[in-house]
Amino acid sequence: MSTKRVYMDNNATTPLHPEVKKTLIECFDLYGNPSSMHSFGREAHERVENSRRLVADFLGASPEEIIFTGGGSESNNTVLKLVTCRETACKLCPASRREIVTTQIEHPSVLNTVKFLESEGIPAVYLSVDREGKIDLQELNDAVSENTALVSVIMANNEIGTIQDIKKVAEIAHASGALVHTDAVQALGKVPVNVRELNIDFLSFSGHKLYGPKGIGILYVKKGAPFCNLIHGGHQEFSRRAGTLNTQGIIGLGKAVELAAQELPEEIERLKRLKNRLKQGILERIPDVHINGHATDCLPGTLNVSFMGAEGEAILLYLDLEGIAVSTGSACSTGSLESSHVIVATGLGAEYAHGSIRFSLGRENTEEDVDYVLEKLPHIILKIRRMSSVYAGGIK
Amino acid sequence: MTKKLDWVYSDIVKDHFMNPRNILEDEESYQADGEGLAGNIKCGDQMLMVIKVEDGRITDCKWKTYGCASAIASTSMLSEAVKGMTLEEAYHVSPRDIAQKLGGLPEHKIHCSVLGDKALRAAIEDYYEKQGMEDKIERRKDRIVCSCMEVTEGEIENAIMEGVKTYEELQEHTKIGTVCGECKDETLELMEKYLKKYSN
Repeated sequence: MSTKRVYMDNNATTPLHPEVKKTLIECFDLYGNPSSMHSFGREAHERVENSRRLVADFLGASPEEIIFTGGGSESNNTVLKLVTCRETACKLCPASRREIVTTQIEHPSVLNTVKFLESEGIPAVYLSVDREGKIDLQELNDAVSENTALVSVIMANNEIGTIQDIKKVAEIAHASGALVHTDAVQALGKVPVNVRELNIDFLSFSGHKLYGPKGIGILYVKKGAPFCNLIHGGHQEFSRRAGTLNTQGIIGLGKAVELAAQELPEEIERLKRLKNRLKQGILERIPDVHINGHATDCLPGTLNVSFMGAEGEAILLYLDLEGIAVSTGSACSTGSLESSHVIVATGLGAEYAHGSIRFSLGRENTEEDVDYVLEKLPHIILKIRRMSSVYAGGIK
Repeated sequence: MTKKLDWVYSDIVKDHFMNPRNILEDEESYQADGEGLAGNIKCGDQMLMVIKVEDGRITDCKWKTYGCASAIASTSMLSEAVKGMTLEEAYHVSPRDIAQKLGGLPEHKIHCSVLGDKALRAAIEDYYEKQGMEDKIERRKDRIVCSCMEVTEGEIENAIMEGVKTYEELQEHTKIGTVCGECKDETLELMEKYLKKYSN
């Protein structure tokens, strides 16, 4: 195993920001329950509410519109399962609206939740995407109707980085009276997001994608939007999410968001430059590659590349032996026998689809890291293609 | 790093993955006595295997693959193991034998190692056909028909004995042909055969 290690899997999770780490360590002694009335509780409560304000400011929301959850998956589940609620108190009326409109390229925490809801009798529509991963707004317009309860569209795709026009999605959905949710787990902190400007009803986010701790997420619920608890119990989070608050997680997330707000503009430009260096370097050094995702409407640090005739898991593991961490949409990496649903949805041919590699750059990556990848990658691809039965020279 | 991390697969797999043996690099000039192809790139893996035969023994075995680490390592191991074997012996090497030689493979990776074995059998059968020795070709019931979901001829027969009548029912029953669908024609032929056999 190589001694040099380069982490380029920041869409999977990110390292803690050193400032977040410092804050987390400091607040570990803050053991009071933020719901308690005594001084121990009040101390923790104050820090939690400070985080809520930081998050609200970052999103352009009000603090009472922010609910802390256990992560992105819980936030997504909470919103999607609203459509099954039949309590009039939750105001999800008229009850005749039950259908969900979503896309084929959602994160599994949306996709599999919608599939579960389908098995419970909720009708669902999955919007297709083009070669670059963009949904067709006309198709969305045709799909929404007086039966649509919720439109849920991923803001930036985790695998290929393509960013959707959520403002337009919200306009179209609202015109037919449907509610709008976006999974912004990959987008937040990497592209500017303002919930008022976007005019959305719900937004999900997770702390560990933005150099914060794991196990903490956010759900934005627009004031007045219908709501129904996923987790019932105590009166925490305005009685919207029961469970003793994850004080450390919340404070860490608040710090991460505060730092992102300061560092964002510069960091976006820096990541774009790094990604471009990696992309150009790959295109110059390796033939027969396909860049997945949208050329411009794409996360600044996400580069998804398919290498023709080279299988993804093999690429990933040869890179791992050089200390380089990436991810793949290859079937063989999961044992599912199906390649990435996102790459498949873009219509890429099989000889490319199984060879997709996602490089996701983050704040710790440097030009030196990129150059190290560019030094190792061409040899690896050449080695795999030499033994490939589908690459030129082999049988087609 | 303070502690050496274990790799995802065994050290033997790692060795064969890093230094695969017997890659077919001179495909144009290689004089194969038998050639076999298995898998389908739609499923994400494909294998080409070629053999040279002398006096009923395999003297050389080379391969190429579009496959993952397990496919590469298991085929590398297989290609080493079969050299010197009689055709009979090589014909009956099982993916489990190879996985064992590799120090084990995770359960969901056995699928990947099946491909080399299938390509080898296809190469041996190709040799038998070229030599006019078709009688040697076995139609084994544990022969895998659907390599994606690892469904055997025996399982198809069992399903039909249990009352399966249509291809769709068989798919529901065995998951056959639910990934790439390459095996559909062969499956339909086998279904017809067994439906006839058990019709009374």
